[in-house]
Amino acid sequence: MKSGDSFDWLPLALVPALALLALPLIGSPSTWVTLTVAGLAMGMIIFIIASGLTLVFGLMDVLNFGHGVFIALGAFVAMSVLGAMNDWTGQASLLANLVAVIPAMLLAMAVCGVLGLVFERYIIRPVYGQHLKQILITMGGMIVGEELIKAIWGPTQIPLPLPESFRGAFVIGDAALEKYRVVAVVVGLSVFGVMSYVLTATKVGLLVRAGVQDREMVESLGYRIHRLFVGVFVAGSALAGLGGVMWGLYQQTVVPQMGGQVNVLIFIVIIIGGLGSTLGCFIGAVLVGLMANYTGFLAPKLAMFSNIGLMVAVLLWRSRGLYPVTSR
Amino acid sequence: MSAPLLTLQGVHTHIGAYHILHGVDLLVPEGEVTMLLGRNGAGKTTCLRTIMGLWKSAQGSIQFNGAPMPALTPDIAQSGIAYVPEAMGVFADLSVKENLLLAARAARRIEDLEEARLTWVFSMFPALKTFWSHPAGKLSGGQKQMLSVARAIIEPRKLLLIDEPTKGLAPAIIQNMLQAFRELKAGAFGTRTTILMVEQNFSFACSVGDTVAVMDNGKIIHTGSMAQLAAEEALQERFLGLSLGAGSTAGAH
Repeated sequence: MKSGDSFDWLPLALVPALALLALPLIGSPSTWVTLTVAGLAMGMIIFIIASGLTLVFGLMDVLNFGHGVFIALGAFVAMSVLGAMNDWTGQASLLANLVAVIPAMLLAMAVCGVLGLVFERYIIRPVYGQHLKQILITMGGMIVGEELIKAIWGPTQIPLPLPESFRGAFVIGDAALEKYRVVAVVVGLSVFGVMSYVLTATKVGLLVRAGVQDREMVESLGYRIHRLFVGVFVAGSALAGLGGVMWGLYQQTVVPQMGGQVNVLIFIVIIIGGLGSTLGCFIGAVLVGLMANYTGFLAPKLAMFSNIGLMVAVLLWRSRGLYPVTSR
Repeated sequence: MSAPLLTLQGVHTHIGAYHILHGVDLLVPEGEVTMLLGRNGAGKTTCLRTIMGLWKSAQGSIQFNGAPMPALTPDIAQSGIAYVPEAMGVFADLSVKENLLLAARAARRIEDLEEARLTWVFSMFPALKTFWSHPAGKLSGGQKQMLSVARAIIEPRKLLLIDEPTKGLAPAIIQNMLQAFRELKAGAFGTRTTILMVEQNFSFACSVGDTVAVMDNGKIIHTGSMAQLAAEEALQERFLGLSLGAGSTAGAH
């Protein structure tokens, strides 16, 4: 038996290429290391948020512009839990901090997962196959969600301080690596690892990958694609909730509009990656994170434009994204 | 003729604004190979897709195994029907192994597949073993066709719906496929399989078919034994438009 075809490494090589390109422009190696870790952390958080969205689109052609509401909800739920566990987050012990942070993350994921189930049933399902209606009604869903968050937690920005042991930085030589950013990188890589394992080594994962390519054939083999879609939608909503917690802690503040603010970035990421591709989403998120941090340092006025420029450049090179899903 | 496993009565199917099937009446006898022939655009593919639930019939009834056919495609597949579409429908980003694993619903790992059956499939389609770990999208057209048929026969099924299985295949592989269909019909691995097949290759249809139904303009215009149609050139000319002495293709779609 022959082994599989060679892997397409070119898109993957864009990450080190971008980082190495930025090094001479930034000049100082220590600043470059700090910015690179910040970019990787931001990219990992965006990946956690966007991964579910790209699969949802891939599986059922659903454009969910309301994905941002799960980000905001996750962040607010975690803020409430961490606020109530002040005694634990204020201690310098990592273990004590984790006792507060892990339940906060799990509860945020659970609440967002349940909301995802309701959102799919009552907002997405009536508009299957109708893209314009999907865009309008999911944006409407996000607006309603934001208003509900304002009604529950108030309309103002609320601080979300980092737990004590996540504050500060590791100093390596002249470079300072913020502890929380390192944590974000570790969490993001873990989520990517688990997701890659599920998608490649389990039957459910195979079905998701197959469904992204050809829904009709998956049904013809006897599988109920809609149940699969609901499962992916709920998992994607829960991951967006987890990403919201990570994003809130990254910004150290939560605001009801935060979902809408991140929405633009996650759509850029899934378009760059190739709609429906998890690996493409991962690479796209890292590129967007790095680009945002490098341009934020080098030319702050261009920071907003840089990611759109990155998307345009990628689409000029590969019009269907970095890792286009075959048969779509 | 055996009792019918599949019965279509007065089936009408619309695709958008187009009325494609105009009251199809069809009996598919159990344990036999029924060929569905006809000119391009006669409605053969639509007929298979309607049976599979991929297009909904607006009128008429479909009975399978003595009961009404379920409405949803996954339920239809679970009732023991496998479908090989004309476009093959292989999952291009998945390997040959993963494609076969998905076709075997009960198997969680490739090791759960029945070894003797897998060996049998490899003996017919050796390319699948050679390219076991390759993405299906990288296979040639003929190899994709083999994979598509292999997916349908990797598990026991009551009925196979096959749309042009020989398209793009080398003669040696067509012979292997012919043998496979004969063995399935005869009850290889303990289950007699009924087959409803659309086919362009008239000589292949004559080799494998027991009964035949000819379609034109969304209706069945002729039914009978395949042997009779193969023997009578006048019938071939009348129903298939084959000129006398040139009986090699039968038209499709």
